[in-house]
Amino acid sequence: MTDVIRTAGLVKTFGATRALDGVDLQVSPGEVHGFLGPNGAGKSTTMRILLGLLRRDAGEVRLLGGDPWRDAVDLHRRLAYVPGDVHLWPNLSGGEAIDLFGALRGGLDERRRADLIERFSLDPTKRCGTYSKGNRQKVALIAGFASDVELYLLDEPSSGLDPLMTQTFNDVVREARDAGRTVLLSSHVLAEVEALGDRVSIIRDGRIVETGTLDELRHLTRSTIEVQTVQPVPGLAQLPGVHGLSAEGDRIRFEVEPAELDTVLARLSRAGVTALTCTPPTLEELFLRHYDVTVPAAGSRR
Amino acid sequence: MTALTGTGRLIRLALRRDRVLLPTWIVVIAGLTAAIGASVVGLYGTVEERFAAASFSAANVVTRIFDGPAAGTELGSLVLMEGYWLLAVVTGLMGAQAVVRHTRHDEETGRAELIGAAVVGRRARLAAALALAVGATLAAGVAATLVLLALELPFVGALLAGATLAGNGAVFAAVAAVAAQVAASARAANGSAAAVIGVAFLLRAVGDALGDVGEDGVSVVSAWPSWVSPIGWGQQARAFEEPRWFVLLLLGGAATILAAAAMSLVGRRDLGAGLVPPRPGPRRAAPWLASTLGLAWRLHRGPLLGWATALGVVGVAFGIVGESADELFGLSEDLTAAIEGMAADAGLLELYFAFTTGLLAIAASGYVVQALLRVRTEELQGRVEAVLATAVSRRRWLLVHLLVASAGLATVLGLLGGGGAVGYGLVTGDWRAGVEGMLGGAMVHLPAGLVLASLLVFAVAVHPRTAAVVGWTGFGVSFVFGQLGALFELPQAVLNLSPFTHVPTVPAEPVTWPPLVVLTAIATALVVVAVAVHDRRDLVLAS
Ligand SMILES: Nc1ncnc2c1ncn2[C@@H]1O[C@H](COP(=O)(O)OP(=O)(O)OP(=O)(O)O)[C@@H](O)[C@H]1O
Ligand SMILES: [Mg+2]
Repeated sequence: MTDVIRTAGLVKTFGATRALDGVDLQVSPGEVHGFLGPNGAGKSTTMRILLGLLRRDAGEVRLLGGDPWRDAVDLHRRLAYVPGDVHLWPNLSGGEAIDLFGALRGGLDERRRADLIERFSLDPTKRCGTYSKGNRQKVALIAGFASDVELYLLDEPSSGLDPLMTQTFNDVVREARDAGRTVLLSSHVLAEVEALGDRVSIIRDGRIVETGTLDELRHLTRSTIEVQTVQPVPGLAQLPGVHGLSAEGDRIRFEVEPAELDTVLARLSRAGVTALTCTPPTLEELFLRHYDVTVPAAGSRR
Repeated sequence: MTALTGTGRLIRLALRRDRVLLPTWIVVIAGLTAAIGASVVGLYGTVEERFAAASFSAANVVTRIFDGPAAGTELGSLVLMEGYWLLAVVTGLMGAQAVVRHTRHDEETGRAELIGAAVVGRRARLAAALALAVGATLAAGVAATLVLLALELPFVGALLAGATLAGNGAVFAAVAAVAAQVAASARAANGSAAAVIGVAFLLRAVGDALGDVGEDGVSVVSAWPSWVSPIGWGQQARAFEEPRWFVLLLLGGAATILAAAAMSLVGRRDLGAGLVPPRPGPRRAAPWLASTLGLAWRLHRGPLLGWATALGVVGVAFGIVGESADELFGLSEDLTAAIEGMAADAGLLELYFAFTTGLLAIAASGYVVQALLRVRTEELQGRVEAVLATAVSRRRWLLVHLLVASAGLATVLGLLGGGGAVGYGLVTGDWRAGVEGMLGGAMVHLPAGLVLASLLVFAVAVHPRTAAVVGWTGFGVSFVFGQLGALFELPQAVLNLSPFTHVPTVPAEPVTWPPLVVLTAIATALVVVAVAVHDRRDLVLAS
């Protein structure tokens, strides 16, 4: 089956700022795709190009089989977008705004509308001007998920929601996936993506630096090893793939890349292992490494 | 820490933020003073002309309502009679909006929270906003005084006129300070303050209309409603005749009491909320609302209602005055000459219709500028993003706004002309002349108004950042050239810059189609280019 979203070498500049520097993003039908990256990495810019709100400078984009710039209106009938910062008309009530967005997208499912308002416990009679950030977000989420569309583009959708509402949001996304819809979900919260995402792309400085299933990404990260040996292990620190070695008496602690695990273990066993723990890598570590702006982006790539 | 800690710092911050906006207001107020003053000084050069103008205005109910109470034959008195209310309204709006901008508006954008978390007393933000607003109205008063002095009017009169103007501004700023504590939102606070200004205008209009002509025949003794209106107080100061200085006490006292009331209300409300809870809205959208057209109508209908009502009422008044058109023109030889220059062998009544509808039609086109700047605001404040992410094309979105604004302009012009026809028909029984003169004269300006509209759409599409400047400059140029061009004998090439210059002076001249067709063609061309550019450019997105 063809991809729902495929970009190749996407570039977007704003004056001197190179917001996107060759983004290659690929989202398959029916998946929830997590889109992670630090502030200013280019998540919102990518989404807006996918929506035809911004014009790309270079590169290829296909969305639902069309060109998001040229075929914007037809494509928009088949997708729903929830912006990172929802701005509404202060005088309209929440209910009016939901109906308006639904109608502009081509109609919404009455039953789902009522159901979602209930589950997100939104008061639709309040004026949008008096809503909190989270409640404005809910208006856009309800309008989006009450529409019968193939693709949801969600830009940090849960950023203003409380823990209970985040739970509801997660349920709603899962239901959409179970119904065969595709979701591109940008986020700063790894746990959210772990809970929902089938695959993840990490963007940094306008480039995708990591992409794959969560298991694949876990394989890419280092394991932490704590070991006690009978004899000292000379030259361990110099082995390829070994990082952050520290020794305390006969206890050694270090990180090792998955590809070198075998070589390192062989060297250790020759020295006579008396105790060993191996802590599997967490995504959090991987994630934070990409967030650490003090490390240049290229250096974090393996 | 007292409730006022940090006020000084906040004033400096506010001054910095308003360093362009407030000076612009003050320049506009000075410019209005100069325009009104210069036209009066130019029109009524001789004592006889001044006497005729004052006695006409004193005796005529419509001029009493729409100008103000005549107060003798001094040149300065005539200037204030013609324009004081307008200056007071503009100064009042400046002061009121400044207060709301630095109180409730800041709370809605979240800026106030940052400030509130710093070392700042509870009442400091309101105190700073009031100080800023009153400072600005004082500056406007000084500017007006200087302009009047430059027109060689007497010092004492100019001083009192400027002081009452500042006093009016301060009262309305204090009204806005109270509204900012009570109203449910910044918008509602601005709206309530504007409504109070409107009521102040109406009260004094009623008071002046019900008043009597003074013994000298060139002044009005207003009835009591004029004395319960701050604008009325300003007009009763009679700065150039027999100055009533105590009026300043009334203005200052009212401003102080209102400001103190606002200060005491500060502690009783929450940040971002007024004392009055907002009304709940409908649970579902009405069927008409849920479309691009419905949304545009919803966004435009408020201002449209305001403009349509105002110009409809003004139209009726000018229609009524049409009955005494020849009398009115007889007041000043310069005016007669200027009017007759419009069309050589037309009757005075036709000339009157052509002149008034021309002026009012330009004023009415201010609606289209305000309406289409909404398009820019929608983009700037990020609301367009979610709309254009639905199945709405950029083209449709832009054109629907243009459509609603243009239809709105046609409505405003229709009500202006229709009101004029009704007013004239009611007092004379000659309905045909009223329809041809007022309705025809107003509607013939539609193509010129559409050029202004398309210019704005063009600016929004091509260079959104300057849209507001382009729009209001276009409007200002049209207005100044239309009203003062002939008076100041500007060269024709300059006057031709205004689309309104090219409109036939109906009914003094017959309707000639070529200029109207050309104007429509220019408007269409601008829109076509605007749509093409708008289809191609990046949206301005709030990030
Ligand atoms: N309209 C614009 N003009 C200039 N620069 C812009 C504009 N929009 C985005 N940028 C820049 O492009 C880069 C990418 O921004 P973008 O909003 O896509 O980041 P993001 O990943 O969504 O960040 P966040 O997590 O903070 O939402 C940033 O450096 C930003 O400053
Ligand atoms: Mg973003």
